[in-house]
Amino acid sequence: MSSDSQEYWKANIRLVMGCLAVWFIVSYGCGILFAPALNSIHILGGYPLGFWFAQQGSIYSFVILVFFYAWRMNQLDRKFGVQED
Amino acid sequence: MDLKLMTYLVVGATFVLYMFIAYRARAGTTGEFYVAGKGVHPVLNGMATGADWMSAASFISMAGLIAFKGYDASVFLMGWTGGYCLLAMLLAPYLRKYGKFTVPEFIGDRYYSNTARVVAVICLIVASLTYVIGQMKGVGVAFSRFLELPYEVGLGVGMVIVFIYAVLGGMKGVTYTQIAQYCVLIFAYTVPAVFISLQLTDNPLPQLGLGAQLNDGSGMFLLEKLDKTLVDLGFTQYTTQNGSTLNIFLYTLTLMIGTAGLPHVITRFFTVPKVKDARSSVGWSLVFIAILYTTAPGVGAMARLNLMETIRPTMTSQDGQQQAGEWLKYEERPQWFKNWEKTGLLKHEDKNGDGKIQYVGPNYVGLENEMVTVDRDIMVLANPEIAKLPNWVIALVAAGGIAAALSTAAGLLLAISSSISHDLLKGIVAKNMSDKNELMAGRIAMAGAIAVAGYFGLHPPGFAAQVVALAFGLAASSIFPALMMGVFVKRVNNIGAVCGMLSGLGITMVYIFWFKGWFFVADTAMAANTPENWFLGISPEAFGAVGALVNFAIAYLVSRITPPPPEHIQNLIEDIRVPGVIQR
Repeated sequence: MSSDSQEYWKANIRLVMGCLAVWFIVSYGCGILFAPALNSIHILGGYPLGFWFAQQGSIYSFVILVFFYAWRMNQLDRKFGVQED
Repeated sequence: MDLKLMTYLVVGATFVLYMFIAYRARAGTTGEFYVAGKGVHPVLNGMATGADWMSAASFISMAGLIAFKGYDASVFLMGWTGGYCLLAMLLAPYLRKYGKFTVPEFIGDRYYSNTARVVAVICLIVASLTYVIGQMKGVGVAFSRFLELPYEVGLGVGMVIVFIYAVLGGMKGVTYTQIAQYCVLIFAYTVPAVFISLQLTDNPLPQLGLGAQLNDGSGMFLLEKLDKTLVDLGFTQYTTQNGSTLNIFLYTLTLMIGTAGLPHVITRFFTVPKVKDARSSVGWSLVFIAILYTTAPGVGAMARLNLMETIRPTMTSQDGQQQAGEWLKYEERPQWFKNWEKTGLLKHEDKNGDGKIQYVGPNYVGLENEMVTVDRDIMVLANPEIAKLPNWVIALVAAGGIAAALSTAAGLLLAISSSISHDLLKGIVAKNMSDKNELMAGRIAMAGAIAVAGYFGLHPPGFAAQVVALAFGLAASSIFPALMMGVFVKRVNNIGAVCGMLSGLGITMVYIFWFKGWFFVADTAMAANTPENWFLGISPEAFGAVGALVNFAIAYLVSRITPPPPEHIQNLIEDIRVPGVIQR
């Protein structure tokens, strides 16, 4: 593997780790582990925050994460010159 | 116009649409039959994936589950959407770069082993078949409830429709019908939800209505009112957790990993033109899925509140205080109540003989619960009737439920038939088969798979409800780890992968069978299926994540002590890691 594509792979792994950390925090963190504590805060009117993360917020975050990942990866493809065509 | 005629018209119109699309999108080559010629636009593929993924269970059962389990049902909401993050970042772009036709094909090539390929085929067929039985049942139930046709006739009509567009069009036909089916099902799901949200909160978006104030003048928030009503009547609180945290955690993880490992979903991303399309297409899929999945919590909570208020309405006294009113008299029950009583899904027994309906939870002191059956599935189906919505909305819900079941069934049947014709026949038994013969074999395998699914739909095995857990457990513990390590861990070799898949699969199946009976024969269970008996309180449905960890660990350790993969495999891995072509 050329050094360029090795650097590309490392940058990719860093990006994936960062995205999965957010993925973990919004669902398993805010939606499950810290949900009881967060429920004392209310948002958007009557939503207990932990409940909101579990049934709404985590899903919105997943959507944003996937598009963010796709956008950053396309940038990395061009930066390291490994894009298609 | 009466409801039955209206329903025939709406459902009939959708069928004509599906047939028209099937005719326009016939498949002429194996490439079109397996992966729609890799020419599907990423946004359209996202819609098709939405329909492929959202089954009769998502459309009919999920809001009901949320209505009765409250917070604890969040495992399904997070689990069935969060898996798409794993799919986008760990699997889809790489498998698209690899560019072949099926998931077992990748496993067989990457681990240079026909054994690995056959293990993957078996997992795929078991997971997909168990799943498809539920869809066939869903089609039959929707027909019998809404069109008052016998269950068998409904099932037969469903089989014929799927047969025509899946056998003719393969992946190409399935893709374009799924796009139409997505539009039908999402419209059918959101329209009643918007009406009900408006009725209760004046807010048209159920996503916001769920957190909003009720418009009954009480000034209470919807969730606050629901919590109070349920606790007053001896049920558990709606917005807080009741199950064990570890189990909720692992259940969510199992559903996420299982989602990312289900072959019929993964294959959908083989149909887009480029690697970067695969990345964005997962995002579009999730957008289209999230529209339903963020609506469902609103539908569930509002339906539950409507149900409770129908049976015991809140009264406002003269000084403006809110208090619980009288229980509903059985004689005065509404029409929808009578309709669903006929189906047996709703049942009342007047235990204290006062002619009224008392609906209370297990913690209520002084009264016995008289609502002996309240089936979860009626929540979405009865919702438009409970909210007194017009007939065309009810007809639309019928068409939506059928679309959800048909589209998922077609995707699953396609995954089964391609693994038979491409992986078993062309890949192992008859390597020299011509393209034309393989296409014919694919069509015959599809017809066979439909027949088998139809047979199980007619004679549903007693364990039909339980096997869905098996589908996710299988995908999580065997397929996902093999695929992920195939891309990310170069050192994993043929022996490691096969040992990993078999041990992950083995431990998960043994754990499920331990509590549910060997091969789901109930008398053979080794221990009662209760939280006290579970290992660390982990339910059988949640155990797939543990199986996946075992798979990862065994595959890695065994690979360390056996020879590394040969050089051409190492090159293959380097190739799939980048979107473009590597110059060597």
